[in-house]
Amino acid sequence: MTGNAAIAEAAIRAGCQCYFGYPITPQTELTEYMAANLSRRPGCTFIQAESEIAAINMVLGASVTGARAMTSSSSPGMSLKQEAISYMAASQLPAVIVNMSRGGPGLGSIAAAQSDYFQSTRGGGHGDYRTIVLAPSSVQELADETHTAFDLADKYSIPVILLGDGMLGQMMEPVEFKHEAPAVPPVRPGGLRGATGRPSRFIRSFTSNPAELEELNWSLYRRYQQIQEKETSCEKFMTDDAQLIVTAFGIAARIARGAITNARALGMKVGMFRPVTLWPFPKDQLKELSKTAKYFLDFEMNMGQMIDDVKLSLEGSGDVTFYGRPGGVIPTSSEVLRVITRLYYQKGLNG
Amino acid sequence: MEKIFTRPKSLKNAVFHYCPGCGHSIVHRLICEIIDELNIQDKTIGVPPPGCSVFAYYYFDVDMIECPHGRGGAVATGIKRAAPDSVVFTYQGDGDLAAIGTAETLHAANRGENITAVFINNAVYGMTGGQMAPTTMLGMKTTTSPYGRDPEFDGHPIKMSEIIGQVEGACYVERVAVNTPANIRRAKRALKKAFQNQLDGKGYSLVEILSPCPTNWKMSPVDSWKWVDDVMSKKFPLGTIKDTTGKTHAD
Amino acid sequence: MKGKIVINQELCKGCELCIQFCPKQLITLSEKLNKAGYLPSEFKETKECTGCATCATVCPEVAIEVYRG
Repeated sequence: MTGNAAIAEAAIRAGCQCYFGYPITPQTELTEYMAANLSRRPGCTFIQAESEIAAINMVLGASVTGARAMTSSSSPGMSLKQEAISYMAASQLPAVIVNMSRGGPGLGSIAAAQSDYFQSTRGGGHGDYRTIVLAPSSVQELADETHTAFDLADKYSIPVILLGDGMLGQMMEPVEFKHEAPAVPPVRPGGLRGATGRPSRFIRSFTSNPAELEELNWSLYRRYQQIQEKETSCEKFMTDDAQLIVTAFGIAARIARGAITNARALGMKVGMFRPVTLWPFPKDQLKELSKTAKYFLDFEMNMGQMIDDVKLSLEGSGDVTFYGRPGGVIPTSSEVLRVITRLYYQKGLNG
Repeated sequence: MEKIFTRPKSLKNAVFHYCPGCGHSIVHRLICEIIDELNIQDKTIGVPPPGCSVFAYYYFDVDMIECPHGRGGAVATGIKRAAPDSVVFTYQGDGDLAAIGTAETLHAANRGENITAVFINNAVYGMTGGQMAPTTMLGMKTTTSPYGRDPEFDGHPIKMSEIIGQVEGACYVERVAVNTPANIRRAKRALKKAFQNQLDGKGYSLVEILSPCPTNWKMSPVDSWKWVDDVMSKKFPLGTIKDTTGKTHAD
Repeated sequence: MKGKIVINQELCKGCELCIQFCPKQLITLSEKLNKAGYLPSEFKETKECTGCATCATVCPEVAIEVYRG
């Protein structure tokens, strides 16, 4: 099935109770899949909201009650959602927010791009906060990471962004779903459903007391440290003896994989480091690779965003070159092979 | 002698931070009386806005969730759809409901979300110091209309109740005021009906409440309460704008 | 019908609305400041009060309790 449909189906199987969305290319099929399949499930809700802003705020409301709630959009719609995401991070409300990113900035293009890395990982809204960011690279991984997203969101009371792109959303690959949809969607304990048998509670993110807000920020920071220690995830492809390592995420990693396989066939010792969690970025695992490889090629479909995290992780112990195509242009794997080859020779790795 | 008037149970024992004569205090009390009378304290979830009433959760002894400015209609939708057995009310000011939140208000009503929307109309943005609101009256001086609201530049005050009344999903829309004993009693009946509609599954109810703001109107409390009658209700007439529930207040 | 009210002067913010609306003009303004710095309302027990609760209805601070009977 297509990536968009796989995400939706995986979400239903993960016990998503509420989906609120708005049509936007290239993820509209996800919204439509939910309209057809979630709305008829007992106890579940599908609403096509009046805007992406309304949709994320509906997610906020549903999450307050302990329900698993989700929205999806693409880049311009994600910009609209940032305020509510900041509120949810501050109020510690779990949710899954899917971004099938497209070319930007502005109205941009409807083709796939990776230019929302900063928006996703630097906390695109205001304030000091983080969201977990997962970057699958295949339709199977879209399905698997959707399930992981709900679990991580509940585990850490944090919004989780599933960062795909237009190509992953539209492409069709075999998928195996590892979970069955629950008969009754799960409800997280501690949600607000009315103060039956307990004192009333309120959830808020405002305080007029700076000391209180400072303590909230520190407590979020401590949780983020826990997540950084425990939840990084990455793939190392042919890195053991690699002298040049390509760093790439999402669809770019798929393209790079083909190029690297061909490069190996030509005798080049090339590998790939592919983060699956963009936040927390698997910096220790990347730094480890710099013990055996000196050269890195960061390949992204943007003007250079993940490269910042690559350089931060390496802490100066690696030579990093960037290759990128912004604006929704899809590089081919032979193009990437040419770049790899040129760099390999430029850096004298051909011995 | 029997005590016949006391603080409602679901109104916490806290001193209101609101200004002397502020309408918020009256409306908070009325809603708490209703929550007690309908016996829904353990089912109610309130959605207060940014603004003077951001601290509503210090007063209402029910579950509450603070929400982004203007988004009460959407947040309440999410809560009610996920937990349909709860009683959900939004509590929104004029900027919240009729400026930044216009879309969410309109569409929650349009979908006929089974919630109760309480709309506090005091014709200014109170908390931020008295700026022009969508409901500020022509000629009224505020900090962002220092020479008086001029329709040529600022448009006319917007009558949200009349607009929402045209939306099919809204089952009940009434405009009341809390500036005289009689008006306060009528406001309570309207609010109670708006909550009862939710219990009866009738759809979206909106109660617009003309509320005095002595501080930003730069009047004494007594004068501000008079101003609601003398000036505000001339532009925002009190009364039922829409009622398809087939039930009167007396039912 | 006899009535009386009890005003919690420490909750009162001196808005004077109860004074304004009491149909029998039985409430006055105190000359002594309360702890919050307001001049609160004052009620002297009198046979005239019917316990109509108008004062309590208009009191924003829920500072008035009403007895009747």
